[in-house]
Amino acid sequence: MLVLSGIAIVVLGFALRLNPLAVVGVAGLVTGLAGGSSLKGVVETFGHAFIENRYVGIVWLVLPVIGLLERAGLRERLQALIIALQAVTMARVLVAYLLLRQLSAALGLNALFGHAQMVRPLIAPMAEAAAERTSAITNATRMEIRAYAASADNVGNFFGEDVFVAIGSVLLMKGFLQQNGVVVAPLDLARWAIPTAILAFAIHGGRLMLFGRRVQRAQPSNP
Amino acid sequence: MITLEHVYILSGLMFAAFALGRARDRVHPRRWRSAAFWGTYALSFLAGSHLPDLVNGILLAVLIVLGASGLARPADAAPPTERLLASLRNGNRLFVPALTIPALVLIGSLFFRYLRVGTEPLVDPSHATLIALACAVLVALLLGYMLLRVPLSAPLTEGRRLMEAVGWAAVLPQTLASLGALFASAGVGTVVGRLLTQAIPMTHGAIAVATYALGMLVFTVIMGNAFAAFPVMTAGVGLPLIVGRFGGDPVIMSAVGMLCGFCGTLMTPMAANFNIVPAALLELPDRNGVIKVQIPTGALLFVANTVLMALCVYRH
Repeated sequence: MLVLSGIAIVVLGFALRLNPLAVVGVAGLVTGLAGGSSLKGVVETFGHAFIENRYVGIVWLVLPVIGLLERAGLRERLQALIIALQAVTMARVLVAYLLLRQLSAALGLNALFGHAQMVRPLIAPMAEAAAERTSAITNATRMEIRAYAASADNVGNFFGEDVFVAIGSVLLMKGFLQQNGVVVAPLDLARWAIPTAILAFAIHGGRLMLFGRRVQRAQPSNP
Repeated sequence: MITLEHVYILSGLMFAAFALGRARDRVHPRRWRSAAFWGTYALSFLAGSHLPDLVNGILLAVLIVLGASGLARPADAAPPTERLLASLRNGNRLFVPALTIPALVLIGSLFFRYLRVGTEPLVDPSHATLIALACAVLVALLLGYMLLRVPLSAPLTEGRRLMEAVGWAAVLPQTLASLGALFASAGVGTVVGRLLTQAIPMTHGAIAVATYALGMLVFTVIMGNAFAAFPVMTAGVGLPLIVGRFGGDPVIMSAVGMLCGFCGTLMTPMAANFNIVPAALLELPDRNGVIKVQIPTGALLFVANTVLMALCVYRH
């Protein structure tokens, strides 16, 4: 039971809005000690896992390119293009990206797009520019548009990738079931991800359209 | 052979350059703390594979302390008029480097496996995608310099500006993944699984489905990762009850159960790389801003998934 104290610290820390990095550090320390390790042992386990998981940080390599392009006027160029294209509305930008993200993830290409390489430099500025075409938007609305752009990436990614047979989660399921004496085909697991993939697109796509309508209504109509 | 280690060294050099850039910024009050933070992170990339676990653990502790004590705010972006002028000058050539990255990642992850030096593969096939990403970044940078008129220092100064906007959140996903490893070695999963099965009377197949689905959701919200929830819930509830006692189909149970977990990933700050980092990267004032817009989708989809599983799992 004592090993659950780490979970309690995490829940409490996030609820109190303490710095997550500190919360996670303390939770790890407490969990390790409660599990019977020495202080040295906990630091070693933590350090080993941290180094093993460095691949998570590789995505930051794209920031110099994105920074360069933003400095060279990428955002402003996108704005000019989007304003000229009347048919491109904010909701359509986001729904199209959701679909693109989901389809590419379903083909196993979930590393192709992401928050750093697509949402920040391209998708969020396009959506903002499309929303601003007729009239100005408030700063709160701008932030909400960005949040929705990030959500389109996540929903598309999560509920597309399981349709692909060779993705980590499908292989994890197959491997774990096999360890427990249940043999299943990865293709069957992937097939049963399709109904949820369709539901995810319908639900989130619908919410993006509703959000688009809400933003449009909030704007004063053009003279 | 080009391996992940080479990409780590490239990343380490980039973080070291960010640290130097911050240290040379004479005016800023917190510049040493920030420089030490990025310098430590750089060291973990450059030397982490060769250092003992204990030293790596201490590096992580330093990152946590520095990160939690407050880092320097990023420098201001170039003035809008300057960027507007640049955009008029550069025109649609701006999109070439931007679209090069996904295009080359695609090509690399599909075709790297065919490149060989003698009998050895040129690129480590198990990490083709990440290595392709690093190559794509280098090519995009080169194209950026060739096609656009930008200051030579722009990638480092502007890259550092974006990195500092993300700040301490940059190391959070990696720290959370390490917390997962600690949870696993302390046996947190088995305790949670036991508590859940003891607390709920499993008299009916539908109750087992609801417990399994809800357990996947809650456990994912706590751990930030459905991969950690799946073995616990499947060994604790899924296999013995849904499959064993009530004769459910393990394929439908697992596939839909995992997706119930993914609904939880949409709703938790513990899934930092999907929820907290993008909020920082997009410069949202509320670090839970992304989670807030995702909760309705996560909740609706979770209910739909549970109903789907309850309807289909016992009928085959």
